[in-house]
Amino acid sequence: MTATLTTSPHRAAHAGAPRRGRARLPFSPWHLLLAPLALVFAIPLIWLLLSSVMSNAEINRFPPALWPSGIDLGGYRYVLGNAMFPRWFANSLIVSAVAVASNLLFGALGGYAFARMRFAGSRVLLVLMLATMAIPFQLTMIPTFLVMKRLGLIDTLGALIVPSLVTPFAVFLLRQFFLSLPRELEEAAWIDGCSRLRVLFRVVLPLSRPALSTVAILTFLSTWNDLTWPLIAINHDTQYTLQLGLATFQGQHHTQWAAVMAGNVITVLPVLLAFVGAQKAFIQSITSSGLKG
Amino acid sequence: MPGPPKPFTISDHELRQRALRRSRRHESRTAWAFISPSVLVILGLSIVPTVWSLLLSFQADDLVTPSRWVGLDNYYALTKDPHFGQAVRNTLVYTVLYVPLSIVLGLALALVLNQRIRLVGLYRTLIFVPFVASATAQGTLFSFILDPQFGAANAVLHALGVSPQGFFTDPGQAMPVLVAVTLWSGLGFCVVVYLAALQDVPRPLIEAARLDGAGRWHLLRHVTLPTITPVSVFLVLWQTINALQLFDLVYVTTKGGPLGATTVIVYFIWEQAFKNFTAGYGAAAAYVLAVALFVIAAGLRVLRGREGRRLEGATR
Repeated sequence: MTATLTTSPHRAAHAGAPRRGRARLPFSPWHLLLAPLALVFAIPLIWLLLSSVMSNAEINRFPPALWPSGIDLGGYRYVLGNAMFPRWFANSLIVSAVAVASNLLFGALGGYAFARMRFAGSRVLLVLMLATMAIPFQLTMIPTFLVMKRLGLIDTLGALIVPSLVTPFAVFLLRQFFLSLPRELEEAAWIDGCSRLRVLFRVVLPLSRPALSTVAILTFLSTWNDLTWPLIAINHDTQYTLQLGLATFQGQHHTQWAAVMAGNVITVLPVLLAFVGAQKAFIQSITSSGLKG
Repeated sequence: MPGPPKPFTISDHELRQRALRRSRRHESRTAWAFISPSVLVILGLSIVPTVWSLLLSFQADDLVTPSRWVGLDNYYALTKDPHFGQAVRNTLVYTVLYVPLSIVLGLALALVLNQRIRLVGLYRTLIFVPFVASATAQGTLFSFILDPQFGAANAVLHALGVSPQGFFTDPGQAMPVLVAVTLWSGLGFCVVVYLAALQDVPRPLIEAARLDGAGRWHLLRHVTLPTITPVSVFLVLWQTINALQLFDLVYVTTKGGPLGATTVIVYFIWEQAFKNFTAGYGAAAAYVLAVALFVIAAGLRVLRGREGRRLEGATR
């Protein structure tokens, strides 16, 4: 994406076009706007990192220190030792990993059936499934809580996993992608006697990496970052996710900001690292899902 | 169907047909096996709860004792409830501030970033990065930065000779501060969506307008903006729906306070259903929100359809 942004030929032509006589800076004047603006966006996150390695003494004075005098890992020691952040991290990881895996699996199976197979009721089901995408979560959260209670899942990770096993978004996005693939490749595999399942896993899915990564990224982001549903479904702190744990921890440790920020870093770091590692895929997933919605 | 020219492909075609017939017999059963997990989860945890919610909204229900049928009483009570009125007003104020700001600033930034400048990739990354941080992380971070006593914001203001501010603890400032925090985290989304749209503006259209002597402003007003209108309509819809559903950040930062200044509709629903255990009342409020969201989505869809046709006519 960066490449297309910076080297598109028509823009190059435009830059080379004759300009009105104007004193030229050694750099584009837009930097005078963009550099401070980018800093405004970056400073809170930089401040998050800095304050997580400050001592409480440095933070709890007025005016507080704006730069740590040294690296103090007291905050991290506290949240990793005294608080249950390692446990919450594991819970979040389990819930997100299961959600990503099951959305990929069930989304692929459902999407493939809707894209390529003929069966009674397929059109009605597809329309129903699309319609559920428009139902806001607030409308379903109270009965979903009641369903989970009847299943005995409240206060377990199961209550977090079951509702996120598969989303209509995953099914629909993969269906659209499968429809765009040429049929001939699959037909050749049928002639060799492959089952539908084998065709899906051996022929279709290896060609579907962009769509699968979109589903994986968006599922990971939404389950890892969710607070509302864990807040409703979980009461006991051994079952907290990181988001619920951090929100509760902040309420209970109002003056231990270094520890709260250390917990915050632990909460955002996996997402930030994933983003930095796969920035192009992240941005493409988020824009494409939006534009197709 | 005309016969294929070579005998080899005839047999190939026949084989293909045979394979198709063979597979079609088992097709329906296999298809249902494939879709049953999705159907079970999506319909079971979506369609059923939607109907259940409607029934709940006609009942007095505390989630524990058997519920009582009360007809439209919950909806009637909502119209009389000053707290719900305040929640609706707060939500509308937030939406009216957040949506236009995020879209106008997002478009402006995207136009600036869509130029041949060095470091554009870095700027875009920095502006987008807060978007992936959770509302909880944003909330705790800004509770800290904007802490009236220990926060960095007041330290900076102090250095500039400005008196300390209350931020989230000031009823007059809490809502604008929420708008600012969500702009910090949400602007990047509008920017990258607009950047993607600007890449798709047909080049011949721009070249033709430029040959006709169109200036920068003219080009923007008459070529770029009309071309990306569908994206703008989508963004208005998307941002509005998200704004009306604001909850996590409010829960983490203000808990609806101070003095109810940031109690938004979803916070009201959550409070009714899971704090006061008046699930029926909460469900009624949820239905009011859902109907509002549906009307907005349907309205904008109609608008998008009309814009699409207009645009088609213009470029033909």
